[in-house]
Amino acid sequence: MSLEKHVLSVTVRDKPGVLVRIASLFARRGFNIESLSVAKSGIAGYSKTTFVVKGAEKTVEQVEKQLQKLIDVITVVDHSEAKYVDRELMLLKVTVKSSEERTEIRQIASDFRARIVDVHRNALIFEITGDEGKMEAFIEQMKPFGIVELIRTGRVALTRSAADPKILRKAKITTKVI
Amino acid sequence: MTGAEVIIKALEREGVNTIFGMTGGAIMVVYDAMYDSKINHILMRHEQGATHAADAYYRTTGKVGVTIATSGPGATNLITGLANAMMDSAAIVAITGNVPSGLIGTDAFQEADIYGITGPVTKHNYLVRDVNDLPRVIKEAFHIASTGRPGPVLIDIPKDLQIEEFTGDFDAEMDLPGYKPTIKGHAGQIKKAAEALKLAKKPIMIVGGGSQSAADELLEFVENVDIPVITTLMGIGAFPTAKDQWLGMPGMHGTVAANKAISNCDLILASGIRFDDRVTGKISTFAPEATIIHMDIDPAEISKLVKAHVPVVGDLKNILPRLSEYSERLDIDDWRKQTAAWKAKYPERYNTEKPLVSQEVIGMLRKETTDDCIVTTEVGQHQMFAARLFPTEKPRTFVTSGGLGTMGFGLPAAVGAALGNPGRQVVCIAGDGSIQMNIQELATIYKHQLPIIIAIINNGCLGMVRQWQEMFFSERYAEIYLADSNPDFAKLAEAYGIEGHNIHDRESAKIAIEKASKSNKPVLLNFFVYEAENVFPMVPAGAGVADMIIGDQMPEGDYDDVIYEAEVVK
Repeated sequence: MSLEKHVLSVTVRDKPGVLVRIASLFARRGFNIESLSVAKSGIAGYSKTTFVVKGAEKTVEQVEKQLQKLIDVITVVDHSEAKYVDRELMLLKVTVKSSEERTEIRQIASDFRARIVDVHRNALIFEITGDEGKMEAFIEQMKPFGIVELIRTGRVALTRSAADPKILRKAKITTKVI
Repeated sequence: MTGAEVIIKALEREGVNTIFGMTGGAIMVVYDAMYDSKINHILMRHEQGATHAADAYYRTTGKVGVTIATSGPGATNLITGLANAMMDSAAIVAITGNVPSGLIGTDAFQEADIYGITGPVTKHNYLVRDVNDLPRVIKEAFHIASTGRPGPVLIDIPKDLQIEEFTGDFDAEMDLPGYKPTIKGHAGQIKKAAEALKLAKKPIMIVGGGSQSAADELLEFVENVDIPVITTLMGIGAFPTAKDQWLGMPGMHGTVAANKAISNCDLILASGIRFDDRVTGKISTFAPEATIIHMDIDPAEISKLVKAHVPVVGDLKNILPRLSEYSERLDIDDWRKQTAAWKAKYPERYNTEKPLVSQEVIGMLRKETTDDCIVTTEVGQHQMFAARLFPTEKPRTFVTSGGLGTMGFGLPAAVGAALGNPGRQVVCIAGDGSIQMNIQELATIYKHQLPIIIAIINNGCLGMVRQWQEMFFSERYAEIYLADSNPDFAKLAEAYGIEGHNIHDRESAKIAIEKASKSNKPVLLNFFVYEAENVFPMVPAGAGVADMIIGDQMPEGDYDDVIYEAEVVK
């Protein structure tokens, strides 16, 4: 059974308990949540959640349908089906042992367009945004210097189109069901 | 107006006149408000019984069943009933009290996180945090429970909200932007379904629980196209058994005709079914060549287990008449002859040379009862025998725990059925094991003098497990024996004030059933039956529906051409 990665954007009512419902649905279907971000959407009273989940391809459709059944879920968009952009934010603290190292680290960071947000005598904290590949590459580059700590937000994603999610949802249901 | 008074007023607005419940510390304010109302509250003896009664009330009347319980243990006792209603799509609204808002989360006396616990077993649930939300929440709960695919909704209300003064708008609108069930079937899909049906040479229709609310439309459609019909356990009653088209029940304990038809058909017109594993057997061998037209109100059921070639999402009441319009009598005479031949060759029959057997008793019950009688069952062998030998004739009359398989369902379900249908005959077919799981409801039956025939098919053991042990566990009968410690059920009934009889032989069985069916008051009949009776034919778990085990209890006959002993897998 191959486990595929899926990026799901779920618009929900901004109410207590909604996230638990979604999380327990994923758990019940054997989906592991790799990353999760929740934030206010552009519309008052609604939140937008982005899940990166890993699960068997054939159960993804079922999970999406089950999500749609939740009363507080408004739309579900599986980005794997369309072109989309995704970003995450990472804070990374790296040790600096010498001034040569400092120069080298700053050069790499600049190539990655990472910003220095905190400077210490023997450490630097960077802020970096980008897709998953960029995050991984930056981590690889920083590893030799000694990463003290890092934290990532999890992904957020938007479909590359002007259509609003309602239309997307409708289009999706027709293509799926027929 | 207090929160509690708002609750009662809002329930009355929904047309509620019967509630099944049990009071307690965190809900007594609501009971106090109910004291002055016209609502008929049935005091059950256990909250689980209350949910099952509400469930059966819905199933037999089509009106939302309502159950009330207190916080903590009262609320947790609802769980099985909610899960049962969820699996069988029964519309229930459950109201629970909770500890006062300020105490929530402090491990207060009789506190349980019922909102968290019931999430996976309800269609939706609420923890109300503002007294002024009550009218809207209750309106939403009834709407959600009864529309689309029906299901249970729970409303948890902290005690302080029940006491607090209401200052909001009683007529507040529902606020459900994420809930829009599809009712009207897609015209293009219905046309596609009609075309596929027209081309089929060997089509069958499988009718499930979703068809109970569209029985008239179903009958009209079937009479128009004249297609063989199979009714699942949940579909029993939705189609009259006397019709030529009817082939019986499919699946694990289905009829030979139904399973043969599934294995040989080229099209399945699925009507409100969800392709449960007890129906399909091994999925890969389930009608692999057939075109699947799946009509259901729940889009999540489409292609969940069996891939649908032509899905039609919507209410069958809307879909079936339109499908009928596009269709005419199918040109499938050979197939009709074939299915009729299977049906004629393999009627229900059983060996009566042994001591009294369950199947005989259930057959006698069917003979003596009216055509519109309601049957409730517990879970196990007697349930399968009831499905096969006592399939009822009218929709919403066969009340059984199909999806969850809840032992303890039948007796409280009979309470709900009897109270929802005054004047109707109700028969509860039970086993000696399962009836003891909610036997306290005999008190409720006595109190309201509900005219229920409680038929215990007493084989002295947990029969279905016994059957599996005999067949698949080398006759190692682990923990199934009950006879040595069963109560004297007739005396027990009498202790509750209900007439009870212990019955050991055919002659007295016949007389007792005749008498009970005319008595119009509760009677408990305890039939001692042959212990080693098995339910056959049987498709072993994991096998395909064509692989039926015939067993040794059917009369001698020529079965070789169609059924054979399956390879038994442990």
